[in-house]
Amino acid sequence: MTANTPNTTALIPEPQNDLIGSGQEGGVADQFRAWGSRLRQGEMGALPAVAGFVVLSLLFTFLSPYFLTERNFANLLTQAAELVMLGMALVFVILLGEIDLSAGVTGGLTMCIWVVLTDVAKVPWFLALLIAFAAGLAIGAFIGFFVARIGIPSFVVTLGLFLGFQGLELIIIGTGGNYQIQTPAILAIMNNNLPVWGGWLMLAIFVALSLATSLWDRSRRTAAEVPNGPMALVWIKSGALLVLGGIAVLLLNQNRSSSIIAIQGVPIVVPVVLTVLWLGTFVLDRTKFGRYVYAVGGNAEAARRSGVNVVLIRFLVFVICSFLAVGSGLFSAARVGSIDATAGKDIVLSGVAAAVVGGVSLFGGRGKLVHAAVGALVIAVITNGLGLLNLPSGLNNVIAGGVLILAATIDALSRLRAGGSLFRR
Amino acid sequence: MDAPIIELTGVTKSFGPVNVLRGIEFRAYPGKVTALVGDNGAGKSTLIKGLAGVQPYDGGEVRFDGEPVELTHPRDASRLGIEVVYQDLALCDNLDIVQNMFLGREETVAGTFDEGRMERQSSEVLRSLNVRTVKSVRQKVASLSGGQRQTVAIARAVLKKAKVVILDEPTAALGVAQTEQVLNLVQRLAAQGVAVVIISHNLQDVFKVADYVSVLYLGTMVAEVPIAQTTYDDVIGYITGSKTYTPSGAGA
Ligand SMILES: Nc1ncnc2c1ncn2[C@@H]1O[C@H](COP(=O)(O)OP(=O)(O)OP(=O)(O)O)[C@@H](O)[C@H]1O
Ligand SMILES: [Mg+2]
Repeated sequence: MTANTPNTTALIPEPQNDLIGSGQEGGVADQFRAWGSRLRQGEMGALPAVAGFVVLSLLFTFLSPYFLTERNFANLLTQAAELVMLGMALVFVILLGEIDLSAGVTGGLTMCIWVVLTDVAKVPWFLALLIAFAAGLAIGAFIGFFVARIGIPSFVVTLGLFLGFQGLELIIIGTGGNYQIQTPAILAIMNNNLPVWGGWLMLAIFVALSLATSLWDRSRRTAAEVPNGPMALVWIKSGALLVLGGIAVLLLNQNRSSSIIAIQGVPIVVPVVLTVLWLGTFVLDRTKFGRYVYAVGGNAEAARRSGVNVVLIRFLVFVICSFLAVGSGLFSAARVGSIDATAGKDIVLSGVAAAVVGGVSLFGGRGKLVHAAVGALVIAVITNGLGLLNLPSGLNNVIAGGVLILAATIDALSRLRAGGSLFRR
Repeated sequence: MDAPIIELTGVTKSFGPVNVLRGIEFRAYPGKVTALVGDNGAGKSTLIKGLAGVQPYDGGEVRFDGEPVELTHPRDASRLGIEVVYQDLALCDNLDIVQNMFLGREETVAGTFDEGRMERQSSEVLRSLNVRTVKSVRQKVASLSGGQRQTVAIARAVLKKAKVVILDEPTAALGVAQTEQVLNLVQRLAAQGVAVVIISHNLQDVFKVADYVSVLYLGTMVAEVPIAQTTYDDVIGYITGSKTYTPSGAGA
């Protein structure tokens, strides 16, 4: 493991001053070469998943005339939202090498609580929603306590809850029970769209955020007199975001209705998911909590000796996971429009698959939220495309499973080629 | 002679029925390298884990700069300026050099990282230790060689402005050139006024860098001598228990 792997930065020119290099030296070409060399060393991140998404999209475009339409694009995004959300929730625990098998039913159970509170107990929907999210926090705290404090494997604790919560759903809803969602605000998340200008505003905000954080980073590096990467790279990144985001917003702003009433605009769930993604990434990349999540996932003992409160970090990731899982359950309920006693039962393993397909390591310490988001899109595009082709629904799971194994294999082989061991932790 | 910065008296530690440390005396001096030697299982790692606060002693007294102190948590040791570079290094492979060096004490502005300042300081510390082989401080630690990893672990202690740096077998897994590098580093640390404690099974290394040598034998400190007043053969004798050290005879 301590073998001399080729030096990523060997390709970058020596620093000019008396400091050690920071991998930022050289121009755009040098940076791209260094990136290529990182890829060859097996640090591929979400790249295989992005490639998979593109290939699958091309395939379905070729196979079905309905795939590459504005309407289906909007459908794909709303269908994917709950999985993206769950995948992101799971990343927090997976980064510690833990798992939360109950994340799906946590979403389901809290939605059952929500619907019974609003429908039967006539609690205002918003208050009921707060209670549902609070219940999510409590569930996360429960799991966190048993895993981090008592030391029971998370697999066991959450498997227990996975079974138990299905029972609770049945008790709360009643066998065969089914509640229609009456609250327009909840249904709107999945069924309504931003106004046309709202989509553009959303894009402008995210591009500005990306640009602002890059510039802020650069200003702090300048203040510390350490080298900055080429400014051109910042423009390329922001430009790419602007162009790709612009195409997406443009497509979603077209009228995709087949009737007289126009349906156009970015689905409301999109900015909601993007906000969670941005905030979560910010926390993971730029705050102590985030750094400690990676540290504990990489080497818990090293983190402990450095003064990191490992128990607290382990506790908190479960709280975050369960909290976000409520969001996933909410999206799912809003999309379907009703809640029954099986809510959230099937989705959790797809969420894990989304994270793994996107390049998150189940051993912990490696992965980003955006990886899970891309992975979830890959799985969603399979479901969506096969649905358009009218193929038997069983095929859906077969292909998703195949993609999962393929993704894991690509990851393992790239590491093997880079000189690591296939069984490295 | 200088006053010791660390002074242990009558320190004990047992795991269940096993008495691993049975009333240890130990001293380390600022600006000097003290070698701690002893056979496998003699209790060397246990002794320093106590100093680090990760595995507190059962009994005995620890004095730091003449003051009695309690070391019951890594924070206690850290506050005093005692840093340990462990045998297993305890680095996070998935983080880069800067992130490892600052782990647990990151520089922040408004709650978010000041990566520039952290990178600058890491770079400066590595340079002050005359490190030449590391190309970029943003390399993942997983991609470093054994010697480079050791270097990062030591630099981490320096960054914390440690007064006492304890190294548990820093050269055990290293080749000839890298061993040389690390031993140089040890001497440079001492030259900066740091009290260095080095655990090693390699007596050649010990005689190369140490000012004092302390020998543990089955949980008791059987010898504590200035390196100039002892020989290779004597130290081997103390380690294996075939010779007993008599302080008065040493000067003769
Ligand atoms: N946590 C523990 N529980 C029980 N016994 C322990 C524990 N830690 C150490 N020991 C025992 O204490 C004794 C001393 O161990 P220690 O690790 O201090 O030896 P050492 O001198 O560092 O040896 P080495 O040169 O092999 O590193 C050994 O017999 C070991 O088995
Ligand atoms: Mg040891």
